[in-house]
Amino acid sequence: MNRQSDAEIETGLRFFGKMTASVSHEIKNVMAIINESAGLLEDYSLMAEKGMPIDPERLKVVSDRIASQIRRADSITKNLNSLAHSVDEFRKSVDIRETLALAVGLTGRFADMRSVILDFQPPSDFPAVITSPFHLLNLIWQVLDFAMDVSGAGKRVGLTFEAGPKSVKIRFTGIEALTNPPETVFPTAKEAALLHMLGAAIHQDAEKGEIDLVLPKDDRQQVTAES
Amino acid sequence: MRVLLVDDEQELVETLAERLGIRGIEARWATSGDAALERIDLENFDLAVLDVKLPGISGIDLHKKMKAKYPGLKFIFMTGHGSHADFTAGSAETGADYYLLKPVNIEELIDKMTRLMAK
Repeated sequence: MNRQSDAEIETGLRFFGKMTASVSHEIKNVMAIINESAGLLEDYSLMAEKGMPIDPERLKVVSDRIASQIRRADSITKNLNSLAHSVDEFRKSVDIRETLALAVGLTGRFADMRSVILDFQPPSDFPAVITSPFHLLNLIWQVLDFAMDVSGAGKRVGLTFEAGPKSVKIRFTGIEALTNPPETVFPTAKEAALLHMLGAAIHQDAEKGEIDLVLPKDDRQQVTAES
Repeated sequence: MRVLLVDDEQELVETLAERLGIRGIEARWATSGDAALERIDLENFDLAVLDVKLPGISGIDLHKKMKAKYPGLKFIFMTGHGSHADFTAGSAETGADYYLLKPVNIEELIDKMTRLMAK
């Protein structure tokens, strides 16, 4: 095993760890809300036993809250399951729309913590590329992480895509901070390794505040930033 | 006893505040560090229950700011992070009086609050 592949393994494991830690944190929050809501229902029943009147509307609010948190947990665990299955095959046809929706779902808490809004605006088509789903997710995360970092609190980072005959462009928009050269060099060696692995390229347009991640329709072909 | 609950999960602090209210403890809430700092300047509190991870200013930095401004204020931290090592490290790092793991048991929370106020 050479040094580069060790670095690639480390990058992948770090990404996996970061995502699962965030998901587990979110699940803990959901459990905490359900726990308090169940406790509150118990409080209401004890109050009712003592003859205190309980407004039925309050009961409905709490039961709706529990149902909403169950739906949230369902969505979180679906994302976690999709992340886990992204390592089933390292070369397959990947739906870009689904992958971006998953990336946004997994990244939501990181955006919230930075007070950044992620705005995914998918066009009406469903392009697919043949690639490694796990490494693609990792690369999208690295770009999002950079974009959210340089944008800062209160900003909106947009995501969309555009399919061409030989490539698909994933576009990250609203990164106004690109006009001032950020202190962080991007892409770093870590992203460069992922780009190489996927045959992909990155193009930054500082004036527009956009980053294009260009993916070949088939990862056996290499694309350039201008593809 | 007047308590300020700070967590980015609004439904959690809202529900916890209501449950504490049922038990005779006056609780208010905020969902960010900045909102908590605004609130604490407007009202008197005896104790703050802070989530470690907050959007913007972290729970640990919020603790430092609140402690500097209101030295008499007592603190309890809540966290969703789980291992015993994290728990121990968190207690040492934050210097908080108590450190609780989510989901929090309300009787345990009240017990810690009562002990803190008796100190």
